[in-house]
Amino acid sequence: MNRDRINKILNQIPTHFIVIFMILVWVLPTFGLLVTSLRPSQAINTSGWWTVMSPPRGSAEFTQYCAECHGANGDALPNANLTNPELVSQFPRSLQLLNALNSEIDGQPHMQNIQIPEAQAAADIAVYLRNISGIDEQPRFTFSNYIDALVGYRGTSTYQQDCAAGTASLDLACDASDLLNPRGMGRAFLNSLLVTIPATILPILFAAFAGYAFAWLDFKGRFLLFAILVGLQVVPLQMTLVPISRLYAQLGLNGTFLGVWLFHTGFGMPYAIYLMRNFLGSLPRDLFESAYLDGASHWTAFYKLVLPLAMPAIASLGIFQFLWVWNDLLVALVFLGGTTPVMTYQISNMVTSLGAGWQLLTASAFLSMLLPMIVFFALQRYFVRGMLAGAVKG
Amino acid sequence: MSSQSVPKIMKQGGLAPWLYLLPALLIMTFFIVYPMINTISLSLKNRDGSASAATTCVEGNPCWGVFENYRYALTAEFDTTSFSTFWTSFWQSSYGNTLKWIVLMVSGTVGLGLAFAVLADRVRYEALAKAIIFMPMAVSFVGAGIIWKFVYDYGTQQVQIGLLNSIITSLGGQPIAFLSVPQINTLALVVVGVWIWTGFCMTILSAALKAVPDEVLEAARVDGATEWTVFWRIMVPIIMPTITVVVTTMVINVLKLFDIVYVMTGGNFGTDVIANRMYTEMYINFNVGRGTAVAVVLVLAIIPFIYFNIKRFLAQEEMR
Repeated sequence: MNRDRINKILNQIPTHFIVIFMILVWVLPTFGLLVTSLRPSQAINTSGWWTVMSPPRGSAEFTQYCAECHGANGDALPNANLTNPELVSQFPRSLQLLNALNSEIDGQPHMQNIQIPEAQAAADIAVYLRNISGIDEQPRFTFSNYIDALVGYRGTSTYQQDCAAGTASLDLACDASDLLNPRGMGRAFLNSLLVTIPATILPILFAAFAGYAFAWLDFKGRFLLFAILVGLQVVPLQMTLVPISRLYAQLGLNGTFLGVWLFHTGFGMPYAIYLMRNFLGSLPRDLFESAYLDGASHWTAFYKLVLPLAMPAIASLGIFQFLWVWNDLLVALVFLGGTTPVMTYQISNMVTSLGAGWQLLTASAFLSMLLPMIVFFALQRYFVRGMLAGAVKG
Repeated sequence: MSSQSVPKIMKQGGLAPWLYLLPALLIMTFFIVYPMINTISLSLKNRDGSASAATTCVEGNPCWGVFENYRYALTAEFDTTSFSTFWTSFWQSSYGNTLKWIVLMVSGTVGLGLAFAVLADRVRYEALAKAIIFMPMAVSFVGAGIIWKFVYDYGTQQVQIGLLNSIITSLGGQPIAFLSVPQINTLALVVVGVWIWTGFCMTILSAALKAVPDEVLEAARVDGATEWTVFWRIMVPIIMPTITVVVTTMVINVLKLFDIVYVMTGGNFGTDVIANRMYTEMYINFNVGRGTAVAVVLVLAIIPFIYFNIKRFLAQEEMR
């Protein structure tokens, strides 16, 4: 075999090592979130997500102390069948279990020559018995966190169990209408869509108009105006929040979709125009000249020529603005708040004021990431292109 | 005037351009220009904007008159009894933290982004690797906050469900409360920022690296230059303009950063930054004057970058 080739492969090893290590660091946290969101809440809080494929809690202790007589499945002794829920329900905790283990059966010690387990081991065995007897079945994976998150369930078990038992709280009807519960992620998903779609289309439309004027129409102050626009791109959002929210309060626009659409449109504008103008300006000049010579008006040129040709730029901008608005927290927090919660608001509210459990947080976070991830991986090409065109945004 | 000329035939129709510009100009005037001016004037007023800020001065305390809100915004976080107390309080303040963010996050994202762009260029799974590093850009800061809060979880005596503390305890260490121990917590938040923004830096730097002509690199290698020398002496100088752009963009991004701090610590335990402080003053303490004063301070910090942006634009136009 070629010596140079072996050498080359050896030289590559550190590169592969670093690249793969970085990929792992980038993937593991998100992967952990996904796995956790699919585990039952009890399991989330008692073991790390990386143990998800290991045997359930107490199974090692069960094998050690009980399997010899009761069998590997717990059902070897007909009169002491551990898969029988009625029998197991007599030993809910380690205390009752230890009592039984310390007592005698037919004049013989229960455990015979096996050592009696410690309190912690006994507790683990009790959990395991409840699991195999079906009293407290703990599946490895479950979708109940997602259901709980979507309907805004805040109880101690799960939405499905509470509804089956008829003990669900008053704001839940236990039918499809719960998806619109204002505390849930289902409603927030809808609100996010209602905010994002117009807030993506409006700025692109206006920017296409303005970009056309900056690129192909002549007027006084064209260059100066555009230079100002370039400067406005980096003005921070924070600078304008207070006056706008005071103004909205007077106009009754606080908490309305219209208010948020307009705000996002205003703030998306400088970058969108900048990108549009640069893209349209790079189109061949002859195209426009011959169109005008053929007698096309400004409007026909815009409508028939500019819009179809600008599609790549529109796609880039669309993804950019979509992700920006969908992921925004600050604007939603200030102008929408709890009256029309969007997904980011709903999650931050769970963290800051409700202290929701990990099962809800992880499922909610993943729900909010679903659509952006799909958009991102499907249209990554356009996203990167828009970014390379100079991405600095409010 | 720009070298990009407009076809002669278009010079007519005086009003038409303005009709195309109208919606954009109107909405930008209303949402960016007017509020900026209004914010400056509100920053000189009291807590509900009804009187001058000078009226909020307290007898016997330092007072900057109409600039009283700026006194508060600039000095309230500092303990000036002696230099050492000032020094300690500075690094716990929103200004000290913002400075830490800028230094750590910009060097982290640009350094890692550049390193990854160079290394990924040499492996066959480059596209996949880059997509993965870039992926957090699609996720909201709130989502990223939850992801990392879980990684940093402090757990209990018996069990660690957070990945980091689990690794630490399995190596025999004591678990660390990453989000509440001062100094460590800001670092922990910066890591989240780096995780999100490295993909951005990497993508732009990678595009610049690919534009470096192969002949130049090959010539250097034939002359016996090591990969290390090629990187520092040839690649980095050639892409220096792009690096500058990425660094300034990142500084602006960091200055405006709010969500990560808000979701993960709420600015508590000495993790406050300027952007979060503005939110706290305005929407938690309901003090219009102070909130807007902090916002103006933020803009003052950004102005050099606005200037830089326009200069870069002018240079680009020259080259067209």
